[in-house]
Amino acid sequence: MSIRVAKTGNEAVAEAMRQMRPDVVAAYPITPQTEIVQIFSGFVADGLVDTEMVTVESEHSAMSATVGAAAAGARAMTATSANGLALMWEIVYIAASMRLPIVMPVVNRALSGPINIHCDHSDTMGARDSGWIQIFSENAQEAYDNTLQALRIAENPNVLLPAMVTMDGFIISHAMEVMEILEDEKVREWVGEYVPENPLLDVDNPVTIGPLDLYDWNMEHKRQQAEAMVQSKAVILKVAEDYAKLTGRRYGLFEEYMLEDAEVAVVVLGSTAGTAKVVVNELRKQGVKAGLLKLRVFRPFPAEEIAAALKHVKAIAVMDRSDSFNAISGPVFAEVRSAMYGVQSAPAIVDYIYGIGGRDVTPEHIRKVYDDLANIAARGKADRILTYLGVRE
Amino acid sequence: MATLKELSTREFNISSGHRACAGCAFPMIIKQALMAADNPVVVGCATGCMEVCTTIYPYTAWKVPFIHNAFENSAATVSGVEAAYQSLRRKGKIDKKIDFIAFGGDGGTYDIGFQSLSGAMERGHDMLYICYDNQAYMNTGIQRSSATPRGANTTTSPAGKESFGKKQYRKDLTEVMVAHGIPFVAQASPAMWSDLMSKVNRALAVEGPAFMNVIQPCVLGWKYDSSQSVALAKLAVDTCYWPLYEVVEGKYKLSYKPKEKVPVREFLQKQDRFRHLFTPKNEHIIDEIQAEIDRKWEALLAKCGE
Repeated sequence: MSIRVAKTGNEAVAEAMRQMRPDVVAAYPITPQTEIVQIFSGFVADGLVDTEMVTVESEHSAMSATVGAAAAGARAMTATSANGLALMWEIVYIAASMRLPIVMPVVNRALSGPINIHCDHSDTMGARDSGWIQIFSENAQEAYDNTLQALRIAENPNVLLPAMVTMDGFIISHAMEVMEILEDEKVREWVGEYVPENPLLDVDNPVTIGPLDLYDWNMEHKRQQAEAMVQSKAVILKVAEDYAKLTGRRYGLFEEYMLEDAEVAVVVLGSTAGTAKVVVNELRKQGVKAGLLKLRVFRPFPAEEIAAALKHVKAIAVMDRSDSFNAISGPVFAEVRSAMYGVQSAPAIVDYIYGIGGRDVTPEHIRKVYDDLANIAARGKADRILTYLGVRE
Repeated sequence: MATLKELSTREFNISSGHRACAGCAFPMIIKQALMAADNPVVVGCATGCMEVCTTIYPYTAWKVPFIHNAFENSAATVSGVEAAYQSLRRKGKIDKKIDFIAFGGDGGTYDIGFQSLSGAMERGHDMLYICYDNQAYMNTGIQRSSATPRGANTTTSPAGKESFGKKQYRKDLTEVMVAHGIPFVAQASPAMWSDLMSKVNRALAVEGPAFMNVIQPCVLGWKYDSSQSVALAKLAVDTCYWPLYEVVEGKYKLSYKPKEKVPVREFLQKQDRFRHLFTPKNEHIIDEIQAEIDRKWEALLAKCGE
């Protein structure tokens, strides 16, 4: 029996962390992630979780200490947002190359500058090539579920990669919703006992971690890292299957919403998927064959699966909540369009950059996207690739 | 600390065959520090000469568990290792007593890793941080750091027609660490091995953070004959350029008082990084350096009640 509760996204993730009982949490506060650290510190203070809490002096040290703890053989976690993730950057890459199964909730916030505290995806999109698994969440329920699943994925011996679980800052992190959590014992069973590989604290079997790795071996190690990411896709699906047995909630690499017979489709990540579903429902009532593909797993990128799911539609709009500044498109578009390349009579595909710095995205905005798509589908071509949605220009 | 006889039976926990320069003093520091430990030790190290020379994959010179993460985070990384240890020990998954040592050069300690060090010390992790202070960014080719002494010629504070080398005096990091109020702070020199080892031994026995600043002559950066490293490490002490002292629970204690304070000129003369000071134009800098050493030495004697 699961438990129905009302929680914000931050509360839900802090609760997941308490239930997962990491050995070490090293974290630093940053809006909008702060509550996770605060709430979790409260759990430690009240003896509700037996975690060594390391209240570091920066995010750089948060990730550094988390790497040290994970290499030592502990289950180690941290959490961050935006500039905090940017300050971690160097060590984010090192964590992946050391193959440490760290789970890190990231509460999406616009990366400075100009400084802003609200949601966009520029923080995690910037880290897309860091070698971390990236899982996006639509709401607090998914943030909770994804956090629990991320641990099993990261620690799988075929994977051993760190994983970020993201949720949209404020929109999910600070909004309360009714959701289901598992009983503590069930989570305990779900995460199981952690058996680290070659931990630093095994002083009888000393290992050297993080050696200088030059041209004679570096490429093999990076190749292995790349292979782990390839392998992770099957593991993500298997973990989702197991999680469905436990909770009844089903997850995949992405969610297809009214997509099967859709003629026009939007690809979106995070909380905007919820808004878009409302619009799809309305359009369907009006007889428009609108569909939605909500990307859940951005790393590894499920290119083949996306192509298979979208190949039948006439026009696709990718919604990017960050910019690449490559003078072409946002990052998600680049990958989705690349996935569609080679599909016979591929659908027209366009990009909408939206919601930057927390700019509100309303059903009207998304309706406009579907209207544009109907137009593109009718004409069989688009006049332009990129549109900035809801901007004064 | 163990007796000399006992020490002679202890294994070196760093192997031969590492790739440090001939005459480099940091392998001596590693040997002395690890040999002084009574418990198993886990070592962390900042990016720099020590890491580069001892861990070229697939080889390692370390016979104890070793982690290198990045340049500026040796202290934060080892604080994470130590936190894992505390957690796993509390949960009964580890029963051994283990000691933790983080190494960093002066660049990784005084400069880019300073915040990480300060944070780890403030948080009170049970670890010893040892700075091997060779007084410049030696691994990247002798660039000035905040540990570089006034007058030294480095590639980014070069002596030239309009320059006598580095203008600024060194940052006194040892005193900065004393100001952290941690239980154990000391300066040491590998030339005075017994003192260094006794300090490491006691620093590891302390519950909580300890910091040691150890001078490390660098053949390439200081520019001297590779046979002279120990002699220079000793001369640094005898000139009171690098006083040996400790501050345990806030109480200063002088570890060694030279019978006769040797003029700093003799220390400087033996290193080509100071060669340009021995010219009529720059000679006054030597006097200023001497005056600064005298001032600091007197202040230290007063703190130590000498």
